[in-house]
Amino acid sequence: MSNTDFVLAVEDLTVSFDGFKAIDALNLYVNQGELRVIIGPNGAGKTTLLDLICGRTAASAGSIKFKNHEMTRLPEYKRVRSGIGRKFQTPSIYENLSVFQNLEVSFPRGRGVFGALAFKCDQEVKDQVQKVALEIGLADSLDLEAGLLSHGQKQWLEIGMLLMQDPELLMLDEPIAGMSAREREVTADLLKRICKNRSMIVIEHDMAFVAQIADKVTVMHQGKILAEGSMDKVQNDPKVIDVYLGH
Amino acid sequence: MSVSEMLNIGMMQGFAGLSLFAVLLLMGLGLAIIFGQMGVINMAHGEFMTIGAYTIFLFSTVSENYFPKFVQSYFIFAIVAAFFIAFALGWFIEWALIRHLYKRPLDTLLATWGVSLGMQQCFRTFIGPKEVSPTLPDWLMGSWSPHEGLDIPINGMFVMVLTLVVTGGVLIALYKSRWGLRVRATVANRTMANSIGINTKKTDRLTYAIGCGIAGIAGAAFTTIGSTGPTSGSLYIVDAFLVVTFGGAASLLGTVASAFGIAQMQSISEFFMTGSMAKVLTLLTIVIILMMRPQGLFASKIRR
Amino acid sequence: MQKIKTWIDQRGLNGFIILAILLAVVFPLAMDIFRLNLVGKYLTYGFVAIGLVMCWGYGGVLSLGQGVFFGLGGYAMAMFMKLEASDPITTKIQSTPGIPDFMDWNQITALPMFWKPFQHLPLALLAVIVVPTLLAFIISFAMFKRRVGGVYFAIITQAVALIVTVLIIGQQGYTGGVNGITDLKTMLGWDTRTNSAKYILYFVTVGLLLGSIYLCHWIQKSKLGTLLLAMRDKEDRVRFSGYDVAMFKVFAFCLAAMLAGIGGAMFTLQVGFMSASFVGIVPSIEMVIFAAVGGRMSLVGAVYGTLLVNFGKTYFSESFPDLWLFLMAGLFIGVVMAFPDGLAGVYTSHVKPWFIKRMASVGKTGSKPGGTAKAAASDAAAEMTVLETPPGTTPRNVMPINTGLGGIQGQSA
Repeated sequence: MSNTDFVLAVEDLTVSFDGFKAIDALNLYVNQGELRVIIGPNGAGKTTLLDLICGRTAASAGSIKFKNHEMTRLPEYKRVRSGIGRKFQTPSIYENLSVFQNLEVSFPRGRGVFGALAFKCDQEVKDQVQKVALEIGLADSLDLEAGLLSHGQKQWLEIGMLLMQDPELLMLDEPIAGMSAREREVTADLLKRICKNRSMIVIEHDMAFVAQIADKVTVMHQGKILAEGSMDKVQNDPKVIDVYLGH
Repeated sequence: MSVSEMLNIGMMQGFAGLSLFAVLLLMGLGLAIIFGQMGVINMAHGEFMTIGAYTIFLFSTVSENYFPKFVQSYFIFAIVAAFFIAFALGWFIEWALIRHLYKRPLDTLLATWGVSLGMQQCFRTFIGPKEVSPTLPDWLMGSWSPHEGLDIPINGMFVMVLTLVVTGGVLIALYKSRWGLRVRATVANRTMANSIGINTKKTDRLTYAIGCGIAGIAGAAFTTIGSTGPTSGSLYIVDAFLVVTFGGAASLLGTVASAFGIAQMQSISEFFMTGSMAKVLTLLTIVIILMMRPQGLFASKIRR
Repeated sequence: MQKIKTWIDQRGLNGFIILAILLAVVFPLAMDIFRLNLVGKYLTYGFVAIGLVMCWGYGGVLSLGQGVFFGLGGYAMAMFMKLEASDPITTKIQSTPGIPDFMDWNQITALPMFWKPFQHLPLALLAVIVVPTLLAFIISFAMFKRRVGGVYFAIITQAVALIVTVLIIGQQGYTGGVNGITDLKTMLGWDTRTNSAKYILYFVTVGLLLGSIYLCHWIQKSKLGTLLLAMRDKEDRVRFSGYDVAMFKVFAFCLAAMLAGIGGAMFTLQVGFMSASFVGIVPSIEMVIFAAVGGRMSLVGAVYGTLLVNFGKTYFSESFPDLWLFLMAGLFIGVVMAFPDGLAGVYTSHVKPWFIKRMASVGKTGSKPGGTAKAAASDAAAEMTVLETPPGTTPRNVMPINTGLGGIQGQSA
């Protein structure tokens, strides 16, 4: 397969902070419709990798191609508009706004200054909000102030805000951190449902959860890729066991 | 014009630049600690300098009227007193205001502006609206002329020496002392510093007070150059902030470098145009550079 | 009638209507022309204050250089009026007739290029709006694109205020220097110093101010307003929802600058001169306190704040000049420490609940509900409907900070 068929092709990506290489000549390819999970010990550079892909951190060298378009020099908002969605580690929602407004603001129309001034919350927007709210299980809480939601609900709301944009590549940073067992299951179902027509990259520590959702697993260590493949394959990889899973 | 005359003018011009550098650095140092290290916008910084200046004036008046023998030597004691008076006031203001506002930097700005207005009015009411100058000891007057046609003013040299001492002291204190370590730890990671047993609240208060104290010294030094009035401090405040921001807020060496750069730019351009246009040109250059490079001259790259 | 009332309630325009009545009816009836002219002058600062509500309160961008934009608008107007006042006949005793007197004093013999457009009123009026906006755009675009945060931006705007002041004072021949541009009498032959002209100018100012408030209110209620609030809360989230955050801040700042420019122009028209003393650091930061006293989130509050502080300033600096600066100092500290939302905040958190409670108890004890009680009851009812807004309609009132136009009507007395 040639590189151009991948949704995301990261090649020789490097970023250094005052000499320290947080990501070191990394290559990563994600297929259309694939759900990729990235695991690795703390400080392996997982979050930094997502930051680089979505533009929060500038790369020192290398290339990031999304749908065969070079992203490395683009500002964040342009990467988002081309179809990359990013969820942060801690729930990042607008606490002072209602759930409805949180979703409405994420609707991909009226993104320019004057577009936002002229934006009207018409039926199309309301329908989309309703649809997404049903998907994330918050249809009954639309008028609630988002700050009042439970931790799990906040995580879902942020995923919902990304779904409003209908991104082709969705990146989630530890989506189930701090969730109860029940919430984890609901989230796993949610992720499986929403990955139907898009690619996803998920960072996660919980191996049971990873096994439940992953198509393919990438193990990172010290800014490099240690192993890649199916869950079974990486779980039995001696290198992975050594640095991450433990004996 | 002969070569030696040109050389003399060049040297005096260079000295003027150097002494402006000393002035700017002295102004910026206290702010570099308060704003650069703590991130507190202290709009009352100029008024702390004025306090230092008034301290000198107080000492000079007292020694002139009651202890005439003291007139030649009061200056040194007065500088120390200026530090401690400004220090004490800084301590009080941190306790009363600043500590409640660490999470709201823009509000600190407004509150300290209020403090500066209040202090200005205090000066006006209790000291008088007129500008005052202390009687300087003889050894600070006049100039030193190593040879014909070259005059180096002694007060300028004094300010330079004082700047050197204070800068050295601050650098040593910040990088070698216990306090410095605490400050740097608090700046780097407040929560962590707290949890390893650093009393960050006390560190903050001490840091703010030291910054104010240094402003007091700066004000004291400026009495050798000009007179002091209730609103003198407000003339310095923008310059002081620009010196610190231009240097890169968290870097003391940056402050030194930027004070030097700004002083040279100002004094060289003053050679070619009027004082006010030179000021405009200098400020404009700084602002434009800051727009292009907001982190200032010296900044470290950190992993966010 | 009822229809209009619900329309007003729904949009939170109560406070706006009360302010409009106060400015357009009560003040003109209750005051002589001298006082009214004074109020008109204060209201020109009100433009700056509502601009600050938009860029500081909503956008989180504190500008310490609003005096610059106020001044630019004012100077644009003043330059036109000065040129009109300096026709060759009136200035025939000058060595170069037909140029402003201060130019003649400074040995300038021809009108400088940048003064030429101001010979025409349409161009001058255009400059009132375009010049401040453009400068604001240049400053903010460069800085926000590079993610310069609040504190640095404030310092840079302050430096800009200093630069412009030094420039104006230093270039006496081109700007009138410290004295500014004075002796402004007419606009297209219309004498602006007569009482009738002062009345007209007052009403024009009030009209423009109310129009500006309505415009800002509309912006607050648009998606852009929601985005500004969202940005203050989670800037990164907005950015990664595909918005160019910098441009929204640029917009808020430019809007504030434009409003300040309009205010400056109205100032010149009403007062008859413009000088560098409105441009510098001190007036600029004083303008911030107008907005802060009124409430940085409340447009209507900002106007009351402006009026209150300026009345106070006029009264105290005449009667107790020493006290005024202490009072000002107290205002700065008090507003930050005790009342971060200003008068509007005090109104929504204390006055309004007390009022509603009192009216409710009056109703309970069986006394006939008077007109005010009815109003309060419907006010409360309006709040109830807000809480019960069905899903799908935008429940913007969920925002706790929605003091917008609804706040503060109690302070009008």
